[in-house]
Amino acid sequence: MSALGELRRLRAPGARTRRHRDNRAAFLFLSPWFAGLLLITAGPIAVSFLLGFTDYNLIQPPAFTGLDNVTRMLSDERLHQSLGVTVTYVLVSVPLQLACALGLAMLLDRGLRGLAFYRSAFYLPSLLGSSVAIAVLWRQIFGADGLVNQLLDVVGVAGRGWISDPGTALSTLVVLNVWTFGAPMVIFLAGLRQIPVMYYEAAAVDGASRWTQFRRITVPLLSPIIFFNLVLQIIHAFQSFTQAFVVSGGSGGPSDSTLFATLYLYQRGFNNFDMGYASALAWLLLAIIAVFTAVNFWAAKYWVFYDD
Amino acid sequence: MTDRPDRRPPPTARTAVGGPARRRRARRPGAVGGLVRRTATHVGLVLLALVMLYPVLWMVVSSLRPNDTIFRDSGLLLTDLRTSNYTDGWDALAAPFGHYLVNSAIVVAGCIIGNLVSCALAAYAFARLDFAGRRWWFAIMLGTIMLPIHVIIVPQYVLFSQLGWVNTFLPLVVPKMLATDAFFVFLMVQFIRGLPRELDEAARIDGCGHPRIFLRIVLPLMTPALATTAIFTFIWTWNDFFSQLIYLTDPQMYTVPVALRSFVDSTVATSWGSMFAMSVVSLIPVFLAFLLGQRYLIRGIATTGGK
Repeated sequence: MSALGELRRLRAPGARTRRHRDNRAAFLFLSPWFAGLLLITAGPIAVSFLLGFTDYNLIQPPAFTGLDNVTRMLSDERLHQSLGVTVTYVLVSVPLQLACALGLAMLLDRGLRGLAFYRSAFYLPSLLGSSVAIAVLWRQIFGADGLVNQLLDVVGVAGRGWISDPGTALSTLVVLNVWTFGAPMVIFLAGLRQIPVMYYEAAAVDGASRWTQFRRITVPLLSPIIFFNLVLQIIHAFQSFTQAFVVSGGSGGPSDSTLFATLYLYQRGFNNFDMGYASALAWLLLAIIAVFTAVNFWAAKYWVFYDD
Repeated sequence: MTDRPDRRPPPTARTAVGGPARRRRARRPGAVGGLVRRTATHVGLVLLALVMLYPVLWMVVSSLRPNDTIFRDSGLLLTDLRTSNYTDGWDALAAPFGHYLVNSAIVVAGCIIGNLVSCALAAYAFARLDFAGRRWWFAIMLGTIMLPIHVIIVPQYVLFSQLGWVNTFLPLVVPKMLATDAFFVFLMVQFIRGLPRELDEAARIDGCGHPRIFLRIVLPLMTPALATTAIFTFIWTWNDFFSQLIYLTDPQMYTVPVALRSFVDSTVATSWGSMFAMSVVSLIPVFLAFLLGQRYLIRGIATTGGK
């Protein structure tokens, strides 16, 4: 089903040694990919690691500064703020988004008519959500005179400048991420269809309630897919950039309340051309994502159920 | 693009209920109660869909309204149709908006071609060829799917600026020609694995080498995977902002997202109407791709979990 499943399988023993008859053809077919790995992905990652220990402004050659960037990180308050914002955003928006995705998927999986229509309607925002146009729209609707406040006014609730208030600005971005629950929903739907109805029928005969059926059948059998979505959406949310950039006009404001780590990295690297520090920040971000993913994989032992 | 066999329930589980799992009408809570409940579900779902899509619909309607009503009229009823926002917005930036649309189209076309060719080649090798270290190369390929672009953007930028490629479309297109969108390689590998190997074997017995097996047999059979790749590449590249913001700083080279963003910054809150109009224009291609390619999109994410 998934890339994660593939990786799991790779760990399995059974690598046979044999002569590889297609070496030459494979090299030909893979040559663009090898070049890409060297020049576009793996190569730059290695260089990025080295640049992390330098002071580099693109004009003068990089100057090795040892661990200066690391000590600078320790006392960089905007960095600490940006990490706080990013982690809050990830920990709040991803569970909400996945809960909506799973809830809707379960509703739609009950043999309703018009499934294709609903699925499309709920999926569409995931395609639009990362565009600048939607960020522009968000900036209007959560502004002081925006659509949300107009609608609140109709029901007699006094609104506020959701985006100009540091206390609520990040929430508008959380809402935007939750709004794009359609993609994980489609994945959940595909997963739910793999669960044999027989299990539910047997449980119903035994008098299990809907809630018990959900806990004892749906969650365990769907857990590899819940896990997959969780890993994927967390990695994805850590890399959010466009929405915070457009909504805050590139500043991460108000009061750095929407300063995502990626946005801070962009400011350091491409506004200040502080490339050495930006590289170090990139590696810090990679390390944080790796830790979250590793914790996820570790925790999976306790709740993800594989029947193979 | 089929599911891996070990993810499927045992065949007996399906046949035991006399049909595929999706036909789930087994619980019958009484005819009338069921009808009420189903209707309630439909009403709830339609309302939710409406709430979710309301902002977008409202943006479309507002873009056709006089500018000053945007902050007053929260409804969807269009009483006074004006197209002036579109004509104003079209010419509000240094170049007419069509210029940015063309730039985006060039980038998108380059990326689609690049991804189709390079990812299909790599996928064929991973799925069908027997070569040294295949498992490890494949694992590395999978690892790069999850790689944040931010880790590589700085050295990449240094490389491309040394080559003099900043403010050209090359930094956006060339990586795609080198199969760096590993997600699509994986998607195609999954698809090719589902094709019967007997076809390859037969062709090989008839004397075909790998290039011909690839071109004559595998490639024509994998058109659904190619379509999925093309549509996702289209939408992702069209929406992509980060790399276009970094590599395109000359207003003449702006693509749609970058142009739209400069629009926001230059007009602040004065002409939301024309800003909405151009936002709508920028979303139309995505929407069309969604309408035409829905089937491939849904299938693509359902099998590989892309976003």
